[in-house]
Amino acid sequence: MWNYLVRRLSYGVLILVGVNLLTFFLFFTVNTPDDMARLNIGGKRVTQVQIDKWKGERGYDKPLYWNAAGQGAEQLTHTVLWERSISLMLLDFGRSDSARSMDIGYEVKTRMGVSLTLAVPIFLLQVIASTGFALLLVFFRHSRIDFWGTVVCVLMLSISSLFYIIVGQFLFSRVLRLVPLSGYAGGLDMVKFLVLPVLLSLLSRLGTEARLYRVMFLEEMGRDYVRTARAKGLSEAVVLWRHVLRNALIPIITSAGSYLPYVFLGSLVFESFFGIPGLGAFVIDGIAGQDFAIVRVMVFLGALLYVLSNALIDVIYTWVDPRVRLA
Amino acid sequence: MGFKLVILWTDIALWLMALSVAVYAVRLRGLPQSRSKWQRVLHDPAALSAGFVLLLFVLVTLLDSAHFRRTLPTNPATVSTGQAVYYDATTSSLLDEALRHLRATREATYSAPLATHAHTRDAVTVNGEIQRIYPRLQFGGAHLADPVRDWAGDVTRRVLAGLGIGLLAFVGLAVALATTLRRAHGGLGPAWQALWRGHTALPLRPLLATLMALCAVIGPVIALAGGYHVMGTDRTGNDVLLLALKSVRTAFVIGALSTLATLPLAIVLGVLAGYFKGWVDEVIQYLYTTLSSVPSVLLIAACVLMVQVFLDKNPDLFETGLERADLKTFLLCVILGLTGWATLCRLVRAETLKLRELDFVQAATAFGVSHWRIMARHIVPNVMHLVLITTVLSFSDLILYEAVLTYVGVGVDPSTSSFGGMINLARNEMSRDPVVWWSFSAAFFFMVTLVLAANLFADGVRDAFDPRARAFRVRLVPKKPTVA
Repeated sequence: MWNYLVRRLSYGVLILVGVNLLTFFLFFTVNTPDDMARLNIGGKRVTQVQIDKWKGERGYDKPLYWNAAGQGAEQLTHTVLWERSISLMLLDFGRSDSARSMDIGYEVKTRMGVSLTLAVPIFLLQVIASTGFALLLVFFRHSRIDFWGTVVCVLMLSISSLFYIIVGQFLFSRVLRLVPLSGYAGGLDMVKFLVLPVLLSLLSRLGTEARLYRVMFLEEMGRDYVRTARAKGLSEAVVLWRHVLRNALIPIITSAGSYLPYVFLGSLVFESFFGIPGLGAFVIDGIAGQDFAIVRVMVFLGALLYVLSNALIDVIYTWVDPRVRLA
Repeated sequence: MGFKLVILWTDIALWLMALSVAVYAVRLRGLPQSRSKWQRVLHDPAALSAGFVLLLFVLVTLLDSAHFRRTLPTNPATVSTGQAVYYDATTSSLLDEALRHLRATREATYSAPLATHAHTRDAVTVNGEIQRIYPRLQFGGAHLADPVRDWAGDVTRRVLAGLGIGLLAFVGLAVALATTLRRAHGGLGPAWQALWRGHTALPLRPLLATLMALCAVIGPVIALAGGYHVMGTDRTGNDVLLLALKSVRTAFVIGALSTLATLPLAIVLGVLAGYFKGWVDEVIQYLYTTLSSVPSVLLIAACVLMVQVFLDKNPDLFETGLERADLKTFLLCVILGLTGWATLCRLVRAETLKLRELDFVQAATAFGVSHWRIMARHIVPNVMHLVLITTVLSFSDLILYEAVLTYVGVGVDPSTSSFGGMINLARNEMSRDPVVWWSFSAAFFFMVTLVLAANLFADGVRDAFDPRARAFRVRLVPKKPTVA
């Protein structure tokens, strides 16, 4: 297994290099460092001296990809691309390009904690709620409960998450005044700020996931061991709970695991609407402010988490399904 | 009165798509296998009704995709033989012509649905002195002499008239439907009976129910739209119903074009990867893994910024602002396609890996058929069912995604009306006091109808084309003592 992991992770490093190149290319095709300097210095009249100083402070005064003026290896290493990429690989995130020049590493650490307090409950409750609802539908399959349950699922998945957020905020915060509209606080106070986003996030994804899990459960119900269990005289509930659930968990874990990177990165939309200072809000600020330093760090983090979580899912897969051996 | 045809990029794309669907429908006569699958789709009651609703939306979209600019009237005293013709700056479409009344009745600011007064107080001169009252609307309910007394009666009369006309239209359509079934059931009477009892081959009774619901809603709306703003007005006084109808085209453009844009890359690269395996497979897998690792919003935001810079640097390419906004929408669809091909590519690759080992491919190789010919004639037609299912399923996903993208700020141009834009504005409107809820509700109603219809139709297509999915549909079976 360690062999496999090492191979996966070294492939992951290749992916990260590719992602970094892609981000760099995309960003700098739009802006030159001069444009970035102009945008970030602000003000009406920006002189070339100011621009050069700004670029020098942040290391943008070198050529982007290839330094023709250098000697030998310096042609490659004395460029913006090399210096920025190497520091990223070493997880040294540097400072942001904006006027506030915050320490990105510190920001990421604090904000990731906040994002996790929102995303981990969502992830866990999502799996539990969707699995429970799907189990209910499968237990009463081909009955009116199943029919109307599926109808409700299709209705719920046809409604955009933005609708859930806006209506939920209006109903629970403005009309009923049960929870605050937005914001965040540390300690135990965070519960009252997180109740509504967690609930609405659950509702918005319940439709898709319950329908998907229902199909996975039904696929399991057609197998021979289920028929044997029933022939042995086990009740339907026991068959579902003790036998089908475990085996259906394998595809469920795979599909739920694909959401893992987003657990760490935070949901862009929910954090933005509810004013939760997590990584998702950080990304939106970076895009709006055209802050390359923030954007490349977030893209790198996203790719890193994607690679790690895929490797993690594969490992969990072998643990859950003993038939699978990692090549 | 002359006019000049304005051909937008998205117009071309939409009409080409409509044409190809029509050509495919005609070609189906010679393809019995595909025809039987599509007939199975029509036999699904939910899919048939949803397909009809989708057809109505498609009609609205196509009407809105025929743009033109009127010639401005010239001064007859100065007309000379070599005078240049000038065109109106505003571009209209056929839908705009049909909804001319809604366009012309622009108020000053917010007003509630079916209201006769504006939503906020304003300083109005009454009998020489300035008072802060709710002013009467310029067009909404302007025909009422005494709004307080006459409003309820007028609205009720209009609703009843609309319902009556709707009912008549419905009966007419039902009779027309029965007439088409005349030959199959032996006469109009038996056809009518079969229709109402649900004994027709296609599930036409649910379709009639949908038709009745549609007529019951559209009739009163048309009757009320003559005198009121049925869904209220937004901040600049535009009728919300008009905005919602114009947004339907944007939703369709994004849903359909983006899905189509994913197809070339996904199919070609997927088949290549699955067929050749080896280093080609490795390279293509690396490509789509790298693409999927980047958070999609960031990728799309970066590409949209690139497009924005290009558009800003080339303002002379466009004659009107509409053409520029339209090209931005078109390029957004291309970007969504170029960044979203990874999922379909994976599926096509997996299917190609399976198909490659089948006997007929091996036989073709033994005959000496070239690789490209095998891929084109044997592999690609056999992955098309997968492509169709994924395409139809992702249509509704993309419509929902557009709303999120507009919220982040990388969606369509703000001058193009879209559901995402309406929802975005709704955020601020819902926090006003008194609440402005109608813009949000209109966007909600139209968007849910469109997405639900698309989802139900997609489910029907998936059940017809994917043999495994059929087993998991909900079938109401009578209670029997045996299990399973």
